[in-house]
Amino acid sequence: MKVLALIEQRHGKLRSSGFEALSLAAKLAGNSADAAGVLIGSNVSGLATECAGYGADKIYVADQPELGLYNVLHYAKALEQAIKNFQPDLVIATSSPIGRDLLPRLAIRFDSELLTDLVALEVSNGKITGKKPMFAGKTIADVELVELSGKPGFVSVRPNIFAIEKPGNGTASVEKLTVDVSDNRLKTIEIRKGASEKADLTEAQIIISGGRSLGSADNFKILQSCADVIGATVGASRAAVDAGFAPHSMQVGQTGKTVNPSLYIACGISGAIQHLAGMRTSKVIVAINSDEEAPIFSIADYGIVGDIFKAIPLMEAKFKELLGHDA
Amino acid sequence: MKALVLIKPTPDTEAKIMLTSDRKAIDHASTKFIINPYDEFAIEEALKLKEAGKLTEVVLCTFTSQTNKEVVVKGLAMGADRAIIIDNQGCESLDSANVARLLAAAVKAESPQIILGGKQAIDDDNMHVLTMVAEVLGLPHVNVVTKLEVNGETAKVEREVEGGQTEVYEVKLPVVLGAHKSLNSPRYTSLPGIMKARKKQCDVKTPADLGFDGAVLLAKNKAKFQNFQPPAEKPPGKVFKGEPLEDMVDKVVKLLRNEAKVI
Repeated sequence: MKVLALIEQRHGKLRSSGFEALSLAAKLAGNSADAAGVLIGSNVSGLATECAGYGADKIYVADQPELGLYNVLHYAKALEQAIKNFQPDLVIATSSPIGRDLLPRLAIRFDSELLTDLVALEVSNGKITGKKPMFAGKTIADVELVELSGKPGFVSVRPNIFAIEKPGNGTASVEKLTVDVSDNRLKTIEIRKGASEKADLTEAQIIISGGRSLGSADNFKILQSCADVIGATVGASRAAVDAGFAPHSMQVGQTGKTVNPSLYIACGISGAIQHLAGMRTSKVIVAINSDEEAPIFSIADYGIVGDIFKAIPLMEAKFKELLGHDA
Repeated sequence: MKALVLIKPTPDTEAKIMLTSDRKAIDHASTKFIINPYDEFAIEEALKLKEAGKLTEVVLCTFTSQTNKEVVVKGLAMGADRAIIIDNQGCESLDSANVARLLAAAVKAESPQIILGGKQAIDDDNMHVLTMVAEVLGLPHVNVVTKLEVNGETAKVEREVEGGQTEVYEVKLPVVLGAHKSLNSPRYTSLPGIMKARKKQCDVKTPADLGFDGAVLLAKNKAKFQNFQPPAEKPPGKVFKGEPLEDMVDKVVKLLRNEAKVI
């Protein structure tokens, strides 16, 4: 099966999830000739060399000044061009803001369908099957693309689930794409940076989240301070966001972000069903709460019943001690 | 100038999900339905544009069962002028692309300048249909919209992306826009408002009215969903209590290092 992966970049930097998609494409394709990647942007040709060695022989590159800022109409044209040239059976992207924005358009353009945010994906005898969390993780469904009759299937996969595999130092040949960017109905004026330079919640390996019991936006600083020690990204519960302690971009849960870190530390979060939905697939969950009846403890790997305002600084000190000894 | 707001009845966010016995769908009879929460931001934004004199009419449109009419009435009670229900009887489980084809046909018949919807439905969490409608109609779209300013034939739109970043766009109308949570605060509906809304125009259409055969579309489904399962249960964790806080923190940090190996 021929598989094409969208390798995402922002501001000229490849995103780790792009390598996850590329590794997965190579694995599903079974041999490097049937796997390819596509890079879209401005001054991104140099990044193609970074994509070698992941098991894909070819990298398509759309490198034009007009592609510097993400624009769905132009990026869709670029991906369409790569699909027409490579003729894949399956196109994989990350279920990121860009991947989720582009693939629905491409699925319609190729008279096909799309499975989004999969946590498992398999190909056997030409069948494309996977697993997809629904209702914010309250259920998981078996999903399949059927009746494709030669058209490419489209899938986006959840970040931080699929392994990055770099089997060798192999080279990849580059094929340049020329993209028609004449459609001027949509113009990207700018991309404003967020307040945080940290990894996005959806890609973070460690997250420390606070609930309403933190009491104020100012008190989130104790989370930030601890987060800085272990390279974590700070999140918040809906209750904390609704109370104005944190912006919505930090919200974890059914109406916020669905996250998947290796470590999730929930501080003063009771564990409402809609919060659990957004973080229950975290690999290790730590809960700190003064209420031992809080539902968050039911899904925690490790829990501490105690005062968060005392426990978090203590934890920060222990982390410092631990990591300091390593240095 | 008219806005069409695409809405979807979804199970209540606080509801436990009840499945049908074949585990292929939600049991509608035992699940409470609400307007998809993100769609409320879309309706609110359209109403605000109308109040600002930038729109003359706000029309709701949904592909659902007629049993969900009360959910549509709630949207009318917020202030929308009228509604169109595309009855899904006989083709309830159409995939995203097919739903988008039906909705696009309904949109086309109304020729609105602004097509709004929630950024995604909270049931399948797909974020497909709105963007697919834009593609079927050949229109630009911006999804996950946090700010909208309509100025005549164009709009300035902000979209939230990863890392708290914001993409800022200028787009020509007509355009398809997906509302995010921080766009506005949806208004509450009153009981008298709901009574009044029941008298508003609510047309029921079939796929045939839009030029489609529901059964034929169903047979062309390319995305198959089945065997819904609850997520795997976790074994109980180690919860420490009643010891000096410093000892408990020390134990957990050591477990994170030596047992879980995540630090």
